Amino acid sequence: MSMLTWILRRDLLLAIRRKSDVLTTLFFFVIMVSLFPLGVGPEPQLLKAMGPGVLWVAALLASMLSLGRLFAADYADGTLEQMLLCPESLALIVLAKAAVHWLASELPLVLMAPLLGLQFGLPGDALWVLTLSLLLGTPVLSLVGAIGASLTLGLRGGGVLVSLLVLPLYIPVLIFGAGAVDASTSGLGAGGHLSILGALLVLALLATPKAVAAALHISLE
Amino acid sequence: MSKINLYKFASPATFYGLAGQMIPGFAALSALLFAIGLYISFFVAPTDAQQGEAYRIIFIHVPAAWMSMFIYVVMAVYAGVGLAFNTRLSAMMAQALAPTGALFAFIALFTGSFWGKPMWGTWWVWDARLTSQLILFFLYIGFISLQAAIDDPRRSDRAGALIALVGVINVPIIYFSVKWWNTLHQGASISFTKAPSMAHTMLAGMLIMAVACWTYTIAVALFRVRLIILERERHATWVSELLEEVK
Repeated sequence: MSMLTWILRRDLLLAIRRKSDVLTTLFFFVIMVSLFPLGVGPEPQLLKAMGPGVLWVAALLASMLSLGRLFAADYADGTLEQMLLCPESLALIVLAKAAVHWLASELPLVLMAPLLGLQFGLPGDALWVLTLSLLLGTPVLSLVGAIGASLTLGLRGGGVLVSLLVLPLYIPVLIFGAGAVDASTSGLGAGGHLSILGALLVLALLATPKAVAAALHISLE
Repeated sequence: MSKINLYKFASPATFYGLAGQMIPGFAALSALLFAIGLYISFFVAPTDAQQGEAYRIIFIHVPAAWMSMFIYVVMAVYAGVGLAFNTRLSAMMAQALAPTGALFAFIALFTGSFWGKPMWGTWWVWDARLTSQLILFFLYIGFISLQAAIDDPRRSDRAGALIALVGVINVPIIYFSVKWWNTLHQGASISFTKAPSMAHTMLAGMLIMAVACWTYTIAVALFRVRLIILERERHATWVSELLEEVK
């Protein structure tokens, strides 16, 4: 357990010291979302209908953008190798690193999302549901993304490759995340969607750390 | 097959020879079945009452869609076996199957749009089946590009195996989420169910075409695995001896 807190503290400290990384991802998200109204036109009805999907797709892409940083620095300076050698369970270490990735790269987006939702004219409850769905869904993105990040460590063109590997796997989260907001605006209630997002999160928490650990062993062999 | 045989043919050197013997048979069978199947589908099968002649595209469309799904599962099984037992040949088979699977996924999508134009009046619909087929195609592309990006064959085998396994676990999740997404967004405005009862000749044509695709896949995968074996084992003595014989 001490190892877990050690990694959490160390990675958080690194993230805080490198504020620009966090801010770049956040501004990428904001800029991406702002481009859509410019592309499709300012009709409020259209934007309201598109809003949840646009915000969710932007969150997916922004989370992908920051995946490269998940293991790259530790891989470059050899820390990752030491982590593989240490007796602590590698899956736990992966979980800690994914948690920090979420805190540093995804949580700011989640907090920013309601504000951007307002720009798309989403009503009050929809903004709540949007935030809640992002809170439940974005950790899944970090966890599943970690599989792609660990498999592509040190490869040429790793960034584009991660997107090919990971984006298809993100689809269920996108569907239920954006669907939750749609369901709440259309009066169906977002309960079902949010429950499934929760289930996906539990599944990802259980299964992905092991898969990432296996992938790290493959990549660092 | 007894246990000893399995171990014997798990060695790339012996499998190379076995595959070479199996390819002509499967290739000839495939050509024959394609000829029969295409004859049935174009000349014997009756014209569909509702869909006219355009329905005939299902004779290639449906087998291709079946194959694309089935090959992904076979690929994942090979990948899993390779990862668990560290058999090199399994990983090579997974690698050899992937392009054919991607090809069938593409054919299913492509012919599906040709079928969709006269039937539904549109090239593409965001129907659950079409969408999940598209995502399956993306999964193949991901697998192939990951393997292509890694130079070290051992790492490429194992990384590909892991992503294939992750993909195969995700396929049902993706399928059901797409299905649910589709019913929520579209409603039942258009019915995509095909003709409920099918003439016997139609079914026979489709099944023969499916078996033809099967044998084609086996022949092509074996051909490809032979090339992969040669490429990987090019430093082995048996390959240089083989090359001497050819000269």
